[in-house]
Amino acid sequence: MTIAEQVGALRIVPGRGIPYPSGDPNLPLPAEQAWRRQLVQRALDAVATAVERPTIFEVDVAARADA
Amino acid sequence: MRIVHYVNQFSAGLGGEDAAGIGPRVLEGAVGPGRLLAQLLGDEHQIVATIVCGDDYAASNTAAADELLGLARNAGAELLVTGPAFGSGRYGLACARLVAAADAAGLPALATMHPDNPGIADAGAAPVVAAGATTREMRPTLQRVAAAIAKLATGAALTAADGRVAKAARIGRLVEHRAAHRAVELVLRRLGGDRESTEIPVGGFDAVDPAAPVDKAASAIVALVTEGAVVPIGNPDRLESARATRWLRYQIDGMDTLASGVWESVAGGFATTAANADPNRLLPLDAARTLEREGAIGRLHGEFMVTVGNGTSVAAARRFGIEWAAELRKAGVQAAILTAT
Repeated sequence: MTIAEQVGALRIVPGRGIPYPSGDPNLPLPAEQAWRRQLVQRALDAVATAVERPTIFEVDVAARADA
Repeated sequence: MRIVHYVNQFSAGLGGEDAAGIGPRVLEGAVGPGRLLAQLLGDEHQIVATIVCGDDYAASNTAAADELLGLARNAGAELLVTGPAFGSGRYGLACARLVAAADAAGLPALATMHPDNPGIADAGAAPVVAAGATTREMRPTLQRVAAAIAKLATGAALTAADGRVAKAARIGRLVEHRAAHRAVELVLRRLGGDRESTEIPVGGFDAVDPAAPVDKAASAIVALVTEGAVVPIGNPDRLESARATRWLRYQIDGMDTLASGVWESVAGGFATTAANADPNRLLPLDAARTLEREGAIGRLHGEFMVTVGNGTSVAAARRFGIEWAAELRKAGVQAAILTAT
């Protein structure tokens, strides 16, 4: 169980590391920007979705690689 | 004694969430739960006035407590009673801050709320009497409050026996055994199946009711908030790098990105090299702005809120959460994206 779930956060979009919740310095810049955009899009999906308990909204990298 | 009673807009019958933004006002005599309290108090003490304020106003204006205290003084208060706030967060915070301000100014004051109310820590040294969890426990709660008022009127201090909760003054006393001895005893008791014994009760995490989803993000006002300690370079407002006691807000209207060298993170709990090279890695302004332009976000809120989530107490975090939610609601924001480190 993730920390976010343990403390009861209700809509959770997982990032790739504590020091960069909305980025990934291991990627080249254009790829990192695309990743950040996917994270924000997924967060927008999450706030438009009803939840009853802590729920994880993973970014589907494959489906949205061109988004 | 002349008592002035503080209640929120709901208890005063002025409205629910629709009236949460109303500012302070004074009503004559006892109102709402104050009527039952007045009955329980009998003839010796009178509720001379009721002060009312909306929960959002009280929780999001730092000057609200002083403003309300001024009204209580003008009404001739010899004792200020606030609540019962039961488990309600903004109301509890307002009650706690008001009694803390009164206590600091030398006016006797008493708050009442549930021991788990997130606002309770803000009462400072002022006494808080336990309320039930919900309004269903109004009568037993007010009976406790009436008894506490009668005791305060004699000049005596309230103790746990009077239902006093929260931070009471620590009084030193000699105990028979040293700490190591007591710790081993506790371990043995634990091994024997006792799950409750402790010398220091630790608070747990709250279960928060999920907010209803927005209809469409494409027509919603969305805010960005973070506990990643993103501030203008040089940290002009001196955000703490650990154990936050406060939060800050910064304008992002008309800004397309958080530029390196203009913004930085002062978080003390992780290496900030990556974040400082591109602060969008902590607060995704560039991506959110693009999505706003493309119509995926109705409008991006004009400022972001920030604190540091590094060794920050649950009590402080609860308070920030209440204050942020009140601020954002007041601004018409329907959803928030909080980046967490």
